[in-house]
Amino acid sequence: MTRKRRRMYFLLLGLAGVGAGVALALSAFQDSIVFFRSPTEVVEGKVATGQRLQIGGLVEAGSVVKDGQNVSFAVTDMAHTVKVKYTGLLPDLFREGQGVVAEGKMEHGVFMASTILAKHDENYMPKEVADALKKSGHWQEGGVPAPPGQEGGVQAPPHQDGGVQAPPGQEGAGQSAPGK
Amino acid sequence: MHRFANPTAFMRIANAIFPWAAGLATVLFVIGLPVALVTSPPDYQQGDSVRLFYVHVPSAWISMLVYGSLALSSAAFLIWRHPMASVSARAIAPVGAIFTALALVTGALWGRPMWGAYWVWDARLTSELLLLFIYLGYIAIADAFEDPERGDKAAAVLGVVGSVNLPIIHFSVEWWNTLHQPSIIKMDGFTVDGSILLPLFLMLGAFTCYAVAIWILRLRSELLAVKLRNARMSEVNLASAAAE
Repeated sequence: MTRKRRRMYFLLLGLAGVGAGVALALSAFQDSIVFFRSPTEVVEGKVATGQRLQIGGLVEAGSVVKDGQNVSFAVTDMAHTVKVKYTGLLPDLFREGQGVVAEGKMEHGVFMASTILAKHDENYMPKEVADALKKSGHWQEGGVPAPPGQEGGVQAPPHQDGGVQAPPGQEGAGQSAPGK
Repeated sequence: MHRFANPTAFMRIANAIFPWAAGLATVLFVIGLPVALVTSPPDYQQGDSVRLFYVHVPSAWISMLVYGSLALSSAAFLIWRHPMASVSARAIAPVGAIFTALALVTGALWGRPMWGAYWVWDARLTSELLLLFIYLGYIAIADAFEDPERGDKAAAVLGVVGSVNLPIIHFSVEWWNTLHQPSIIKMDGFTVDGSILLPLFLMLGAFTCYAVAIWILRLRSELLAVKLRNARMSEVNLASAAAE
């Protein structure tokens, strides 16, 4: 084995070692790397109450009640729903059927949010195209954020004809989130 | 590839590519910028904020493409000790750092009106910030030694190890819940309408050609710096020999 070849193997081995180390560390910290928890996790008690956390999902259609700066709405992942209360200004993209992440605390079964972030999806189109899709019935309102712990979950393509909603919380299911 | 270890052979090819890269970048910017910033339609949800997308996505793409080339150059330097490989990595590192910063800044400017926050610590944003720190670390280490060759070696090790971050950045939006949207590329195409995809591709092409052109310009100046250093060294050696 020449010195150059030895150096190459050494480098590849070193890189594989570092890669494996990082992969182990990342999977160990899986729970703290996810940016938000789903309503299912909260309802099933996988998340400690009284602790600050972020929950994410869709703003349930018809659930938004505004009273000045006081807002209440429900966050859903299509399986479970959590009621959220918030006081303050909402981001531009906050609307029913749209993804949202709320930061706050569970108190007596209601999530008291101190910050509301709108989650934008990966679909970009001009207004005319969106209108045309809605008109032709190919519009699919609302995508469910992938439940955490589903590694390599493939996001479903948007605007599927009669898209099938994958039940969230299905561990290891190939398909996770029907895109909006 | 050993043929290109020789700086003269390498620069002959690089100099031949330069006018094409610079010319194509100019043409693509002249066509792409008006399409991206003026004539393309606003997004149905984001309105005109979608135009940041045409700067943000190409910047992020260049930040990763450049890192890929830096990591490969570093590996080539460590394995074959090609001096040209470290010159190339040193030349490209600041370019990558600037595009990474641009991706982070444009992302923050978009995030404030759309998400409601300039910055969140989700996996995508954090790993891209880490990429910026790796670039800055590479630049700092490469110049931290009296003997530039020791700097080359130490920086090349960081350059190779840092490549572990590339798949993390790319897959972060799939592996974990993030606030950042998932990739627009899907198995069966793009999740972006053609009228928004066209300016994006024009800008991706423009940014890529621009990065190649800048890389070649910086290669020239890096090589001149090496020549200057060598000339000074031999001058000092001559002077000290004369003094004895």
